[in-house]
Amino acid sequence: MRRLLNIRPPWGVRLLLGALPLAAVVLVYLGAASVQHSLNPNEKFLPTFSAMVDQARIMALQVDPQTGAIPLWQDTAASLIRLGAGLAIATVTALVLGLVIGVLPLMRATIGPLVAAVAVVPPIAILPILFITFGLGETAKIALIVLGVTPFMVRDLAGHVLAIPEEQIVKAQTLGGSTWQIALRVALPQAMPRLLESLRLSLGPAWVFLISSEAIASDVGLGYRVFLVRRYLAMDIILPYVAWIALLAVIFDLVLISLNRRLYPWAHTARTR
Amino acid sequence: MSGLLQFSQVWVEYGDKVVLEKVDLSVQQGAFVSVVGPSGAGKSTFLRLVLGQEAPTRGAITLDGKPLRAEPGPDRGVVFQRYSVFPHLNALDNVVFGLDCAGSPFSGRLSGARRAAACDVAAAMLARVGLAHALDVYPAQLSGGMQQRLAIAQALIMKPRILLLDEPFGALDPGVRLDMHGLITDLWLEHGLTILMVTHDIKEAFKLGTRVLAFDKRRHDPQAPNRYGSTVVYDFPLDEKTRAAIPAALTAMAEPQSEAI
Ligand SMILES: Nc1ncnc2c1ncn2[C@@H]1O[C@H](COP(=O)(O)OP(=O)(O)OP(=O)(O)O)[C@@H](O)[C@H]1O
Ligand SMILES: [Mg+2]
Repeated sequence: MRRLLNIRPPWGVRLLLGALPLAAVVLVYLGAASVQHSLNPNEKFLPTFSAMVDQARIMALQVDPQTGAIPLWQDTAASLIRLGAGLAIATVTALVLGLVIGVLPLMRATIGPLVAAVAVVPPIAILPILFITFGLGETAKIALIVLGVTPFMVRDLAGHVLAIPEEQIVKAQTLGGSTWQIALRVALPQAMPRLLESLRLSLGPAWVFLISSEAIASDVGLGYRVFLVRRYLAMDIILPYVAWIALLAVIFDLVLISLNRRLYPWAHTARTR
Repeated sequence: MSGLLQFSQVWVEYGDKVVLEKVDLSVQQGAFVSVVGPSGAGKSTFLRLVLGQEAPTRGAITLDGKPLRAEPGPDRGVVFQRYSVFPHLNALDNVVFGLDCAGSPFSGRLSGARRAAACDVAAAMLARVGLAHALDVYPAQLSGGMQQRLAIAQALIMKPRILLLDEPFGALDPGVRLDMHGLITDLWLEHGLTILMVTHDIKEAFKLGTRVLAFDKRRHDPQAPNRYGSTVVYDFPLDEKTRAAIPAALTAMAEPQSEAI
């Protein structure tokens, strides 16, 4: 008998196995919803699929007369701009600081402790400070994302650069490389695939920070909408919104994975299970 | 006596642990020096000193009569047992790297006609070590032996005054190792190299070297094992005849003994 850990499902079976739990969740939900609705036609907690589709149509296709815009797209655009700006700033900062800390012992001694100190502060706890400092506009929300994910990315990247074998750095010096040339041609290219991976892992926390700040002070955005309609217990709007956010998150995740594989094929030659 | 590389009264200590003591040594240009000794005897430390990765606690090292810069530089090439090549560059770019650095201080990469010329030089070097067919292959896709060939080509492109090898063939299969012996001997003769090679294989040491240095402790204090360091306890210069005779003699003697050092 083969060991369980050696049994690897073929491609098609894997797809099927992955779909089963998802299908089970949907079926359980539908069952519960229809039971609830047969007991109480005004049931709000478990909206039926048709109710959710109706609401989703309204949110995604109809112009809201008050704002003159289609809510879902307006919210999506606002949220993605905040998320994109925050992550872009975080990524560039992480690249620069991570390289500098990883390559130069002097800088590691100088800014390493600062980064470590910032990293232990729970970002949500300083959200009030951000609102006080930057006002209730876009800046505070972007700043929360930046402060929330940058320390992790910096430390992750610096650690990765530090882990480049000493032999390689010595070899580069025997090939005449200067500090700058070694940072640029040995450390930077080897940091890039890790940076993309760390960006991918930061997407989850970034969404949390985005939705938190939108829930607290905003007039547009996916998080704002979800918390707004909560007042009316509008589960038929909340659930489609959550599904939409999940879909966006999955798409970004997949895009980053495939981008990483395409741009840095040398980093992905090791066999994976 | 004055050689290319000169050690006078060199000590290396880590805290109160003495690793090397009183090393006096002169290496002539064109020598192929094999370094043997038990594990922990300080062979790698000795290479790190020459490389400039480490400075002696006491004593002086000179290269070409000038005090050695305590920092690795293009006058000293190196091949380690592992991790000597850049995983993110293909074979050709790995070898061009040295020329890129020399020719382009700011971008670290040549361009245009100069890059093309550098690529030709590198491709010729790769062909010389038997990698003509693998110019655009990444190191992870090369076998261990081919990675070491690449590392050697990469080091030689800089025409180093001295080439340092730290157990370069230690991880290779016996057959591959034999091919590498042929290659390194040929390159040593062709380029008039001066080589320092650390090895655990005493047959390899005698087969390739023109001189064999053995590092070990002269004195032992069982109460304080760190008190005394290693130094050069044997220094065999080898002429052609002994070089030919010794590996055969070693093979004739018991095999396990030849692995003992
Ligand atoms: N940074 C360090 N701090 C303290 N001790 C060190 C340091 N580097 C090396 N040593 C010690 O120096 C001694 C010699 O090490 P070295 O690596 O030179 O030995 P070696 O002869 O190359 O051994 P091997 O054959 O196993 O490679 C060892 O006992 C090691 O523990
Ligand atoms: Mg060693």
